[in-house]
Amino acid sequence: MGQSLFDKVWDLHTVRRLPSGETQLFVGLHLIHEVTSPQAFGMLRDLGLGVLMPERTFATLDHIVPTDGHQRPFRDGLAEGMVTALENACRAHGITYFDRASGHQGIVHIIGPELGLTQPGLTIACGDSHTSTHGAFGAIALGIGTTQVRDVLATQCLALTRLKVRRVEITGKLGPGVYAKDIILHVIRHLGVSGGTGYAYEYAGSAVEGLSMEERMTLCNMSVEGGARVGYVNPDEKTFAYLKGRAYAPNPASWEAAVTFWKSIASDPDARYDDVVRFDAAAIAPTVTWGINPGQAISVKERLPAPEEAITAADRSLVEEALGYMHLAAGQPIEGTPIGVAFIGSCTNGRLSDFREVARYLRGQHVAPHVRALAVPGSMEVARAAESEGLDRVFREAGFEWREPGCSMCLAMNPDRLVGDELCASSSNRNFKGRQGSPTGRTILMSPVMVAAAAVKGAVADARDVFAIGRA
Amino acid sequence: MALRKIERIVAPAVHVPGEDIDTDRIIPARFLKCVTFDGLGEQLFYDARFAPDGSKTGHPLDDPRFAGAKVLIADRNFGCGSSREHAPQAIAKRGFQALVAESFAEIFFGNATTLGLPCVALERSSLDQLAARTRARPETIVTVDLIEKVVSTDDGWRSPLSIPEGSRQALVAGRWDPLGELLEGREQAQALAASLPYARLERIGTEGGRRA
Ligand code: SF4
Repeated sequence: MGQSLFDKVWDLHTVRRLPSGETQLFVGLHLIHEVTSPQAFGMLRDLGLGVLMPERTFATLDHIVPTDGHQRPFRDGLAEGMVTALENACRAHGITYFDRASGHQGIVHIIGPELGLTQPGLTIACGDSHTSTHGAFGAIALGIGTTQVRDVLATQCLALTRLKVRRVEITGKLGPGVYAKDIILHVIRHLGVSGGTGYAYEYAGSAVEGLSMEERMTLCNMSVEGGARVGYVNPDEKTFAYLKGRAYAPNPASWEAAVTFWKSIASDPDARYDDVVRFDAAAIAPTVTWGINPGQAISVKERLPAPEEAITAADRSLVEEALGYMHLAAGQPIEGTPIGVAFIGSCTNGRLSDFREVARYLRGQHVAPHVRALAVPGSMEVARAAESEGLDRVFREAGFEWREPGCSMCLAMNPDRLVGDELCASSSNRNFKGRQGSPTGRTILMSPVMVAAAAVKGAVADARDVFAIGRA
Repeated sequence: MALRKIERIVAPAVHVPGEDIDTDRIIPARFLKCVTFDGLGEQLFYDARFAPDGSKTGHPLDDPRFAGAKVLIADRNFGCGSSREHAPQAIAKRGFQALVAESFAEIFFGNATTLGLPCVALERSSLDQLAARTRARPETIVTVDLIEKVVSTDDGWRSPLSIPEGSRQALVAGRWDPLGELLEGREQAQALAASLPYARLERIGTEGGRRA
């Protein structure tokens, strides 16, 4: 029987078996940012250790940077302190650092691929759970804790237990107005938020092959919301075409050797999987969350569930808790739920194709008067490309604020946040209680085009109706 | 590195109910602005413990009857979401020495184990019994025994626990922080790095990359 990409890449990077039974796994690429990594350098210092392979670690700033001007020092003294700590550590250890002055600052999961650092066949680690994003290129990419960041800095290795592999096959054609975001919300809804624990998800099937690289990143990004620490797509011609010419991609002299290697690590046609699940792309509708975890999702045309429909007592209390927190009533349609804020951005949906797709429909439309709408490019490169196409104007004219790159309203670590129990239609990845910065703030996750539709209507709406998508 | 062998935790427990409690809830993001983990114990479960006006909500963690708890009982998929190690750090800094739940999210589990904070799982029915017992009698002493693989109480209740064998071994042998072993394999890692198929590929250019 053949091997999956996961098995091949894992075996390739296995240094040895540790006495605990775990694998000492070599990390090909290590990415760091200002929130979870500065502490690791402090740990190294306390132990008297250095950085073993500084050329394999790259740093950027994303979580705490303000998006309304990056002037230093930041008004927030704590944020300034963390950034300074990271800068000093990079300088002391010779680590390449992409700050504003480099022209490549951005969300770590956006700049890795953009710079061509993210490549097939690599093991990639970063102190951030959405590192799974990089799996879109056919890499084993996983989020780690700060102590493990220390381990990678000191040894370029991690102690890990091998994961099982579940093939998630999505076949058929997506309907108009249905995107990668809808696929992953649909998958998590059906497999559950902890269904992927212990697994790597291999996304495959004709619908996945049909996705662009940026859409594949959206898909892999939210693997962790389904409990899977790793998600990946086998590399193909689209992957190679995306990488060609990028700063850290192989040069022309090395290109053929690289492609040969990349092809060799793709899953064999007769690969063995621990589990296989199948979904029909045509059955996926624009999907939105209604609760306080990403698995609490329904199609925009459905009604909210009732606690009595839950099978276990635990599930019943979870539905009650979620409806209560969201101020939503069982059995009501989700469509028409008024929103106060709209956010397009994040490592899930803050890429050029996201802004392009929304701009197609936003021209000539305007955000509802009571809605505060933010568009936040994921990186300086995304911002430059979008602005050169005039997309920033389209967003501004429609009533969006067009901001500077960063994580922004995806999490509560920078000045962009919800106030009170504001309800936000968001293209990000987490609808946890308090995630967007107010302890009572509420989040409904959806695709960027659905966020735009909600912004225009001032309420959750079906983008296919609002923008006449798929109708001649 | 010789570390403490973690074989058995014997202490009172507190149940923090809720399915899928994510790490944003364990430690809200605004408290991550720190370059050390030292002060995090106070901020554990902050938004569940305090109302927006700063008043206490009556969270189990603030219930004086459970003030001595060193075992945290949670429900299903505890620690999902963000990989922030601040979450297990906050739990450890608060004085907890073990966690018992139906299940844990993977990154959280790994982060906790690496800190020497064992996370053990019970069948749901046993978990509910344990939680009910500690609620009914807060002074109940709970034993999490990693050698016998059992959770028990001082009034005779017991239930088998589950924990991945590699993690259990690491805890009981005092090898839960893998850094020492990884360091021992450093030369092998360097040799492997040089032999990787992508080791000899040349890059287009590191233009833009800035040595800070
Ligand atoms: S955009 Fe959100 S999820 Fe992504 S790295 Fe930033 S904070 Fe994390």
